[in-house]
Amino acid sequence: MRSLILSTAVHLLFGLMILFSLFLLLRGHNLPGGGFVGGLVAAIAFTLFAIADSAAAVRRVLRIDPRYLVVAGLAVALLSGLFKAAAGMPYLTGAWVHPGGLPLGTPLLFDVGVYLTVVGSVLTLVLTMEEER
Amino acid sequence: MSWWPVLPILVPLTTAILGFAAMRSLRAQKVISIIGAAALLVVSIGLLDRVWGGGILVAQMGNWPAPFGISLVADALSAAMVFITGVIGIAVAVYSLADIDRRRNAFAFHPLLHVLLTGVCGAFLTGDLFNLYVWFEVMLIASFALLVLGGGRAQLDGAVKYVALNLISTLLLLSAVGLLYGMTGTLNMADLHLKVQEVENTGLLTAVAVLFAVAFGIKSAVFPLFFWLPASYHTPPVAISAFFSALLTKVGVYALIRTFTLIFTHDVGYTHTALLAVAALTMITGVLGAAAQNEIRRILSFHIVSQIGYMVLGLALFTPLALIGAVFYILHHIIVKANLFLISGVVNRTAGSFDLDALGGLYKSRPFLGVLFLIPALSLAGLPPLSGFWAKLILIKASLELEAYVICAIVLLVGLLTLFSMTKIWHEAFWKPRPVPRENPFAAAVVGRREMALLMTPIVALASLTVAIGLYAEPLMDLSAQAAAQLLDPSDYVRAVLGGVP
Amino acid sequence: METVLAILVGSLVAATVFLMLSRNIVKFLFGLVLLGNAANLLIFAAGRLTYARPGLIPDGAAAPLGDVANALPQAMVLTAIVIGFGLTAFAFALVYRAYQELGTTDTDEMRVAEPPLDASQLDTPAQDRRAA
Repeated sequence: MRSLILSTAVHLLFGLMILFSLFLLLRGHNLPGGGFVGGLVAAIAFTLFAIADSAAAVRRVLRIDPRYLVVAGLAVALLSGLFKAAAGMPYLTGAWVHPGGLPLGTPLLFDVGVYLTVVGSVLTLVLTMEEER
Repeated sequence: MSWWPVLPILVPLTTAILGFAAMRSLRAQKVISIIGAAALLVVSIGLLDRVWGGGILVAQMGNWPAPFGISLVADALSAAMVFITGVIGIAVAVYSLADIDRRRNAFAFHPLLHVLLTGVCGAFLTGDLFNLYVWFEVMLIASFALLVLGGGRAQLDGAVKYVALNLISTLLLLSAVGLLYGMTGTLNMADLHLKVQEVENTGLLTAVAVLFAVAFGIKSAVFPLFFWLPASYHTPPVAISAFFSALLTKVGVYALIRTFTLIFTHDVGYTHTALLAVAALTMITGVLGAAAQNEIRRILSFHIVSQIGYMVLGLALFTPLALIGAVFYILHHIIVKANLFLISGVVNRTAGSFDLDALGGLYKSRPFLGVLFLIPALSLAGLPPLSGFWAKLILIKASLELEAYVICAIVLLVGLLTLFSMTKIWHEAFWKPRPVPRENPFAAAVVGRREMALLMTPIVALASLTVAIGLYAEPLMDLSAQAAAQLLDPSDYVRAVLGGVP
Repeated sequence: METVLAILVGSLVAATVFLMLSRNIVKFLFGLVLLGNAANLLIFAAGRLTYARPGLIPDGAAAPLGDVANALPQAMVLTAIVIGFGLTAFAFALVYRAYQELGTTDTDEMRVAEPPLDASQLDTPAQDRRAA
């Protein structure tokens, strides 16, 4: 089903939604937001794209198989807990650096992992179903 | 502070991630899986070594102090369970190299197996109730995927029942955790041990305890909540059945033992008496159900149910000796039951069926397999000098000490009926002459030498473990005694988790 | 307020029981979804309901200003929702696949994995019930 209105709107909205999902991801540590909602918003953007255009088009834009996004996300989340291991601290202890006063820490890295996992798993689900139709 | 309790979770998780990353190459997946399973075994031995003799290892995740963050705790019981998980993990991983077909491998069988191992180890090690719920979910989703993997009609049929009833149990567990949190304001199990004593409304506490018992009861398949188990465990490939039957129900029993020794001991007269009745009925219904079946895997599935009864019985009697018996029983049973399922797979591969009517004459064609079957089968029934004998002996002694003669009689009777079921399989599959094949004469494909070696290695290893435990039960008995002592007097556990707080 | 929630949870569970007693597996799944929501509301109510601010500390302060709501039940409910989302999606996909393979959503007819029935048990086939 192709709809001119939907596909025009999606092409306009797609970039904005991805941008908004990144915004949600980054503000997540101290304010409402985070990897999970961010990932869901990004996944919705891709899903809309799949409905307006086709699953094949989404795969072209994405370039890699969404399953690898899940793998990468899990790996990033797993590794984010290991930063303080050398210092003898327990797993998942937060490590922070402040380049130029900007607080960057392993919780953000963990959130990035969650973001990738959510985008990957939702897209795997949606694209498989879309292609089966 | 220690890294040891974290490693049994990180190792299989890393293995799973690497396995998924190697999606394109089945060979790489298999190599990663075997290395990962071996690493888990090594790590679990290391963990066991460190808690041997009464040590309790604690890791506070994220360096948050105890009642606020999530603690991972390894006491003797947890470490023993993780160790046995490692043993079964590598046995099933090796066996599945020959048992799982190409199509199922392409759906990431090996990585999923390691996700399941992650969930099982996590559930054994966590010291936090909500975290326990999360690990149950990890286990559940991986087991769902494995159960339907490459699914035919029967597999989907079994999976629907398995999924439906396990999801209910999950939601009950979630509600129970929520209610307990509402009463005590904490989720850390060590902290709960202290806070529960301050709760004034003990009636409500007992109600929540029963809710937990029902939730874990569905997981561990006790009477009258076991119907999903014989409906689903015989449908997937044998390697998956073996893993499920060995470990998944035992996680439920572990959770029962943990919560009903550490948290809900305020009204032992009520809760543990109820468990005693449940245990007795579980043993009887399971073994009677098995007697009515005529398919090897279904017989074995019903025997899981009846054997679960023995373990719950140990918890329900709630004496030091009975708890030793329960822990010993779990450890022995995991090895034996996994092995019986693995053997049923070889029977199917060589004779082409699981159905006792279609089998026969296996002792003539494969005497070695017959001997290997007899070892776990007689151990399951509790014949000396095999491991099951000691497990049953302790439980009988414990029930005699309490002068619970009815229970003692049930234990003996169910043992006898188990022997009946095992001799039935022995007679039908191994001893009677092979019936004329009615249809499908090509089902019994010739199994290659290399494949046979892969199938037999874990079976031989597990069987020798059973014999070794039977002939030299001392170390396992010692371990069970340590675990039981820590369970009955949780003050060490509480002190280890909460640190300076008494 | 807790009373209202308690009644709501109770009615959700009642609806769940009604749906789950149905032979139709799809209705069972809807029951499961309702039960999930009931459990989440229960946790929420068990964590005490208060009129308070979210448990966030503003810039420059060392502790939250004024009363804050208990964040732990919220975190638990969130986790439970996420997990429930995944499991429900799986359950629906599974039932759909089972429907494709077995051609039925009636649980009485789902017995491919069971041993065949005896002749004595066959006198109430599901077709009769459907016609009735």
